[in-house]
Amino acid sequence: MYTMRTLRSAVSHFMASGVGILALAPLYKIVVNALKTPYDASSMGVGLPVNPQFGNFGTVIDQGKLVSAFMNSVIYSVGGTVLAVVTSAMAAYVLARHRRRSHQVIYLLLIAGIAIPTNFVTLTKVMQMTGLIDTQLGIILLYAATQIPFSVFLMYAFINTLPQELDEAAFIDGCGPVRTFVSIILPLLTPVLATCAILDMLNLWNEFLMPLYFLNSTANWPMTLAVYNFFGQFQSSWNLVSADVLLTILPMIAIYLIAQRWILSGVSAGSVKG
Amino acid sequence: MKNRAYPTWFAGGALLLYGVFVLLPSLLGLGYSFTDWNSYSNDVHWVGLDNFATIFDPSSSYVSAIQNTVIFTVATIFLKTVFALALAVLLTAGVRRLSYVYRAIIFLPAVLPILVVGIVFRSILDPEVGLLNSTLQLIGLGGLAQQWLTDTSLAIWSVIGVDTWRGVGYIMVILIAGLHAIPRDYYEAASLDGASRRQVFQFITLPLLMPVLAVTTVLNLLYGLRVFDIVLVLTNGGPGYVTQTTYLSIFDDFGRGRYGVATAMSTVFFVVMLGLSFLTIKIMTRKEVA
Repeated sequence: MYTMRTLRSAVSHFMASGVGILALAPLYKIVVNALKTPYDASSMGVGLPVNPQFGNFGTVIDQGKLVSAFMNSVIYSVGGTVLAVVTSAMAAYVLARHRRRSHQVIYLLLIAGIAIPTNFVTLTKVMQMTGLIDTQLGIILLYAATQIPFSVFLMYAFINTLPQELDEAAFIDGCGPVRTFVSIILPLLTPVLATCAILDMLNLWNEFLMPLYFLNSTANWPMTLAVYNFFGQFQSSWNLVSADVLLTILPMIAIYLIAQRWILSGVSAGSVKG
Repeated sequence: MKNRAYPTWFAGGALLLYGVFVLLPSLLGLGYSFTDWNSYSNDVHWVGLDNFATIFDPSSSYVSAIQNTVIFTVATIFLKTVFALALAVLLTAGVRRLSYVYRAIIFLPAVLPILVVGIVFRSILDPEVGLLNSTLQLIGLGGLAQQWLTDTSLAIWSVIGVDTWRGVGYIMVILIAGLHAIPRDYYEAASLDGASRRQVFQFITLPLLMPVLAVTTVLNLLYGLRVFDIVLVLTNGGPGYVTQTTYLSIFDDFGRGRYGVATAMSTVFFVVMLGLSFLTIKIMTRKEVA
């Protein structure tokens, strides 16, 4: 019995680590090739770099304009996330607490956005009409809009688990809606705010089609678009492409490692409790 | 009292952003679907249903794009569900120690930008120097080496494979949460009754996991029907048009300046997805808990 269990456990670990290696293999390739000479990296092999070329990073930071791209990525993803989380929390609060007909319609309208595809043709027209095309403000507003449906969905479900007596007591004590929301509800929302913020950040950091269509000036490009462009220019220099890719994904990998508990619980939050 | 305590203007910010950048383009799209709007002229004329006739003409590239999208969607729903379920069971019943580490690692591909996944897999699937073909040669299976992304009958399956690699961890994480939500009592009762592992899986785990499997299927369905960025970065719809998907072909016509046709297809797509979204809401907000 005991040996059976040990054997089963060994086989399970063997299978799980096999899948883990498959999941990590591409990342490993990026790391080792980012440190190779152009010749050694030409086949994107899996061997360790013989003579690590840390200079590759300097080259791509210079040529790929990564410093300004990094700043842009931070501004866009943080700006979009903050805007999406704040507006979604306020909306989810009143929609969940006061379910009159009009509020239910608004809620359904908002979360339908989880499924409906963006019409890029007419969205381009809207961006032109509003004068937001090729502006940093425009991309932040647009980013926020794309994250609102799922954020509202998660927060609405969470607010339903908070007892309504809390806000009722606040009203009876004479708090207005803003004060009640800010000092009673918002602190209780911290876990779901964190989950939403991290998931929104990840999505927005990785976005590249919206900047591709709506930001023409290279000075406004985020990191993903810089990689896209870099890949087009240096397609044969796999060492530089790898170094560029590595620098682009590093911030998100760091956030993932630090915040994985929230991310993994956030992913299942909307799906399991119903 | 309630109207004063929960004022609708709280929802104003979200509604404004969503209205301007999501709803307005969709409604404008509805109007422009019936016009010859294009990049070559400033005049826009009413053309009735012409654009829809173009789209659904049996020889149009949209028809094959829709077929590809359906193949992609069905295949990824099946593959992701099967692999994710196997992994979820493995990491909850088989592996106890380090389970959390495996889970985090297997989810990791979902954190990478699709653009990066595309760039890396283009190198891995390269027929000459790619990791996949050279590994096959190394272990004596060189005969299985393929032109993964350029063979007309294979390319779509390569895209499906890469997308499954990327998405399986996400579905697995949801299923693991679903497995944890199944009360232990059922398993204890079953083991007292001497049920085999297969019986436990078949008669307890699977039925009780059904609501969660419904959710993951819907998520995979919505994702699959809208797929395009992973295709864009791996094959850009090629070779020829064999991996073109619905959404990608809209971008194609957009790029060629055929705005009327592109927006008509967008509208058809919008209506289908809106219908599916109500189905989704029904499934996701069902009261009985997994």
